[in-house]
Amino acid sequence: MTAQTVKLCETCPAYDASALKRLGVKVGAADYVVALAGNPNTGKSTIFNALTGLRQHVGNWPGKTVARAEGGCDYNGRQYRLIDLPGTYSLLSTSVDEEIARDFILFGKPDVTIVVVDSTRLERNLNLTLQILEITDRVVVALNLIDEAQRHGIQVDARHLSRRLGVPVIPMAARRLQGIPELLQAVEQVAKGLYATRPHRIHQFGAKLERALNGLIAQIEQEYPGLPNARWVALRLLDADASIEQAIREHRLGDLNRDVEASGTEKAVPAEVVA
Amino acid sequence: MTRHTLDQLEIGNTAVVRRLNAGGAIRDRLMDMGLLPGTPVLAEFRSPLGDPVAYRIRGALIALRRSQAREVEIDLSEGACQ
Ligand SMILES: Nc1nc2c(ncn2[C@@H]2O[C@H](COP(=O)(O)OP(=O)(O)OP(=O)(O)O)[C@@H](O)[C@H]2O)c(=O)[nH]1
Ligand SMILES: [Mg+2]
Repeated sequence: MTAQTVKLCETCPAYDASALKRLGVKVGAADYVVALAGNPNTGKSTIFNALTGLRQHVGNWPGKTVARAEGGCDYNGRQYRLIDLPGTYSLLSTSVDEEIARDFILFGKPDVTIVVVDSTRLERNLNLTLQILEITDRVVVALNLIDEAQRHGIQVDARHLSRRLGVPVIPMAARRLQGIPELLQAVEQVAKGLYATRPHRIHQFGAKLERALNGLIAQIEQEYPGLPNARWVALRLLDADASIEQAIREHRLGDLNRDVEASGTEKAVPAEVVA
Repeated sequence: MTRHTLDQLEIGNTAVVRRLNAGGAIRDRLMDMGLLPGTPVLAEFRSPLGDPVAYRIRGALIALRRSQAREVEIDLSEGACQ
């Protein structure tokens, strides 16, 4: 995204310029914290830039986000602090830069989490979406790259998806700034509790597992008072997640100050991911 | 049907995931990449050094190291393997 594109957009009629003020990095005590999460390369930084007026590096690898970036905007008189996160496929099996995203989603207490999904790869993207819906009900799904989907003859029924997921689903083509006003509106409604989400959840545990969980949760909460998502942590411990075990042992669970500097230098691999 | 692992799948061929043999973090990672039993996988191309190999899984190209692909048991028709 270039500054030019941002300027163009301010004159575009679909843009509710009166409602949105981009604050760049000059965001004081924000009313709401909004995290931008999603698989790699789905347009998180593009949306972040459109909302904040900043120029967080956008593009196919090696422009990928490896540390979290913050910026702000003012919408209808409320201040939003936006957090652009590195892409991640999962909250479970994370690589080092995925951990930054995971930790913020789980422990950063965002008021709203925007999950940016690639409409052309919906099935893959729903893995993370469902994982996030397990831990928070304040979610908006940005169904991005609908222009790409259309080009490939893919049509996504956003209303049906929204009913099934139980959260707002906003079709977008963020690079053309399509859907930005609708996204802002949905974020505002979820932030203010005006939209009652009913997140789709998969987990239904038996009494035995619940007892084991509750015992662990009590211990975690004693060790880490005020830690959000102690239940998620307990589940990971029962699943023998070595990285969570280690984080607990080293007393750095929920420590959000471990961002690495954006390096942009990585070995070239001719595919999207090395798992 | 012969039992094979994903690292044996020849470039250009498709197989279906039968089961994952790994446990722990590797298993979680493979499942997060979309490799669940019943998933079709196409071996698309090999990196110049032969490892990793890029596989088409649920619409995305995913690079797997040989050590990871070995953990994925597949079903395929005769002749699709080396
Ligand atoms: N066609 C199309 N391209 C888009 C859209 N949104 C973003 N892009 C492009 O997709 C690429 C990736 O966008 P980014 O915003 O960097 O994606 P990201 O999610 O921040 O990526 P990571 O930080 O690596 O996870 C860029 O080339 C964007 O210009 C869209 O709606 N339509
Ligand atoms: Mg980014």
